Amino acid sequence: MNNQLSIPSRILVAFASGALIAVFFLPAWRIDLFAPQYPEGLSMYIWINKLSGDVEIINGLNHYIGMKHISANMFPEFKYLTYVVIFFMALGMTAAITGRRKILFAYIIATIIGGLLVLYDLYSWGYDYGHNLDPKAAIQVPGLSYQPPVIGHKRLLNFDAYSFPDSAGWIVIGAGSLVIVVWLVEWFINRKKNKK
Amino acid sequence: MKIFQPKQLQYLFIAAFAFFFMESCKPKGTQSAATGDAAKAYVAPGKYDEFYNFVSGGFSGQMAVYGLPSGRLLRVIPVFSTDPEKGWGFSEETKPMLNTSHGFVPWDDAHHPEMSQTNGEVDGRWVFINGNNTPRIARIDLTTFRTAEILEIPNSAGNHSSAFVTQSTEYVVAGTRFSIPPDDANGDVPIDSYKQNFKGNVSFIKVDSVSGNMNIAFQIRTPGVNFDLSHAGKGNSHGWFFFSCYNSEQANTLLEVNASQRDKDFIMAVNWKKAEEYLKAGKGRKQAVRYAHNTYSDKTHSATSKIETEITILDSKELADMVYLIPCPKSPHGCDVDPTGEYIVGSGKLAALVPVFSFTKLQKAIADKAFDGDYEGIPVIKYEAALHGEVKKPGLGPLHTEFDDKGNAYTSMFVSSEIVKWNVKSLEIIDRVPTYYSVGHLMVPGGDSRKPFGKYLVAYNKITKDRYLPTGPELAQSAQLYDISGEKMKLILDFPTIGEPHYAQAAPAGLISKKSVKFFKIEESEHPYVSKGEGQAKVTRDGNKVHINITAIRSHFNPDNIEGVRVGDEVYFHLTNLEQDWDVPHGFAVKGANNSELLVMPGETQTLKWVPEKSGMYPFYCTDFCSALHQEMQGYIRISPAGSSVPLSFSTGKTPTPAAGKTPTPSAAKPGTK
Repeated sequence: MNNQLSIPSRILVAFASGALIAVFFLPAWRIDLFAPQYPEGLSMYIWINKLSGDVEIINGLNHYIGMKHISANMFPEFKYLTYVVIFFMALGMTAAITGRRKILFAYIIATIIGGLLVLYDLYSWGYDYGHNLDPKAAIQVPGLSYQPPVIGHKRLLNFDAYSFPDSAGWIVIGAGSLVIVVWLVEWFINRKKNKK
Repeated sequence: MKIFQPKQLQYLFIAAFAFFFMESCKPKGTQSAATGDAAKAYVAPGKYDEFYNFVSGGFSGQMAVYGLPSGRLLRVIPVFSTDPEKGWGFSEETKPMLNTSHGFVPWDDAHHPEMSQTNGEVDGRWVFINGNNTPRIARIDLTTFRTAEILEIPNSAGNHSSAFVTQSTEYVVAGTRFSIPPDDANGDVPIDSYKQNFKGNVSFIKVDSVSGNMNIAFQIRTPGVNFDLSHAGKGNSHGWFFFSCYNSEQANTLLEVNASQRDKDFIMAVNWKKAEEYLKAGKGRKQAVRYAHNTYSDKTHSATSKIETEITILDSKELADMVYLIPCPKSPHGCDVDPTGEYIVGSGKLAALVPVFSFTKLQKAIADKAFDGDYEGIPVIKYEAALHGEVKKPGLGPLHTEFDDKGNAYTSMFVSSEIVKWNVKSLEIIDRVPTYYSVGHLMVPGGDSRKPFGKYLVAYNKITKDRYLPTGPELAQSAQLYDISGEKMKLILDFPTIGEPHYAQAAPAGLISKKSVKFFKIEESEHPYVSKGEGQAKVTRDGNKVHINITAIRSHFNPDNIEGVRVGDEVYFHLTNLEQDWDVPHGFAVKGANNSELLVMPGETQTLKWVPEKSGMYPFYCTDFCSALHQEMQGYIRISPAGSSVPLSFSTGKTPTPAAGKTPTPSAAKPGTK
């Protein structure tokens, strides 16, 4: 079995891992909220190391139902995500430079695990944020929690909440998918060769 | 059971038919005038209007903002009159705006809004408006829709022929409806010494092209007459300004008779470029005067009032080639210049025709010295020499003229209560429509600029009578919107206005809406008592002055419990609205305060002065329904007797301290139980 990747594959892998640099310049995720009083919508952008958008306005509204004040320091992830991304870029580049299929495979496994971890992290943050409410909150609806959707739409009181990847998020997904496709193509070609 | 037998039904039909027939026999009333065209004024719920319409409030002293074509009232901007709703003239920050050389003047009569222009086109930056009674000019900032500056005019009374601008807003002008003895002369003279002691003045106020700040560049001293209206030249006639004047008889009593004697009064043509030359050459005379100059800053969120002490006078009698008089029939009122700048329309309100003067002919007449003597040293041009022609039999009582973009003029007829459309060049009358009733000013968006938007025309009427449901002796004022896009004018909407509307302006919404401020950035505030966050809220005592730096955010004040304030103290509530979102003002009112509420925009600080006169408990609360918990947004200030030793303290969200570490149950709270 040939353990070396073809040159085009290596270029594509290099391109994909290089594209991850986008997360330093663009937001990765976005949460949009629409209500009768906010027809123009409120948006919160999640970067790998910070938050931006209408965070203060959302905090002002959420204090009624006792949600925690969202701030950058409630996300320990912001402190190490930068290094995680650098690690992924390095791993991808290593796969491209060495051309070793095994490293690429490791990279793909790490990407899938990383992606699942991100989703789990989002879910658990949302669960805590939506359930762990101030017992002295002004508005208390028995049995109701305000957990935002991990992905997609959810109705929260008078707000329609939408949670989706933002530009950098899509680039990461695209890059990950590209690498998987590269690996599958390589695997398919190799299998044919081996049959011969 | 059948209610009607077939035969009975037949009678019913006949009766109904007869009724309809009778109806149609009645003379056609005004109620049918808008049929079918009303849809043109319909702006569906949630849709924006096409134009902003700025309408003078007249004796309300304010300016109203309407949307066109819907006629919906969007805002009333307080200008010269106090407005307790917005705290205008009641908050410490806004009181200086109404300062004058006569002290605090809480009212005026606002007549003529004029939008700033660039190259003769409305630019959507500012609206200027005159205060008639205590002569002033205000500048309204169209990013905040608030009055940014008010300038008093010295040597003046009745600033009526104002606040019109030159084609790139180099100047805004003011004038004297009442001639009076100059401010530095002894005014204690017999009234019938008018001819000898009374003088007219027109003021040219320089407008800074970036900040908009106004400064009186010079005043032109004129014979004692009544200046009525004015408009700047444009295009070819740029550099000139035209003022209508009446009472060339110089009567000082019973003007309705005595000022209507002469066959012709004047339109005064001022060559202001020439005046600038004289000013530069030092031909002006400095005069000691006193007038207030008030400016509002969006950085400090406060107004300052400064008393200015000097002005430069250019005398029309001494300085040649600067001022000319054009005879104009019978007490002219409106003085309007067409979009090309070539034609000047004078409207003699008692005349049976409308004269139209030509700027080219005026220049030729001046060059040829085609004069008909002089009036107190000012050359009087021969009427025919400057005349382009007369609009014959236009109607009765012509007052004002506006223009469209197709070479047509629209003149309001007060007495015959109609609007007459005529062609500026040919002077032929094209159409006429009734108004309801007695139209004064009229307005086409951009209709006094080089670029009119000839789609709508609004008539501002003086008499309402039966237009709306009666409301006692005083009725709403009325405005009528006409579609002028076609050959014939069509009435499409009738809407009431505030105060009494005089002149108005309108501009395409896009020129203004995009620049509208949504809130003030709190980190940029330079207000001396701003609290940039709840942590900065505090109460401090300085002698008998107590300064309360209080914050408001949905839905609480900080502090909301204040103690240690005494009778005899002057209390200043400096309320900062901490919100940084659009459309979230907070209000503030305290029981017994003998002024008004505060209405504080996001990021702004406003101050309410309060002198409590009795000890006791005084609640305060938010007056603007800000949130679901608006009714909870309240607090108390405890007022102790003079000399009380209650320490100054303040807090928010502090629960009563339980006695000796026990839980505060009702029984434990009883005194003496341990």
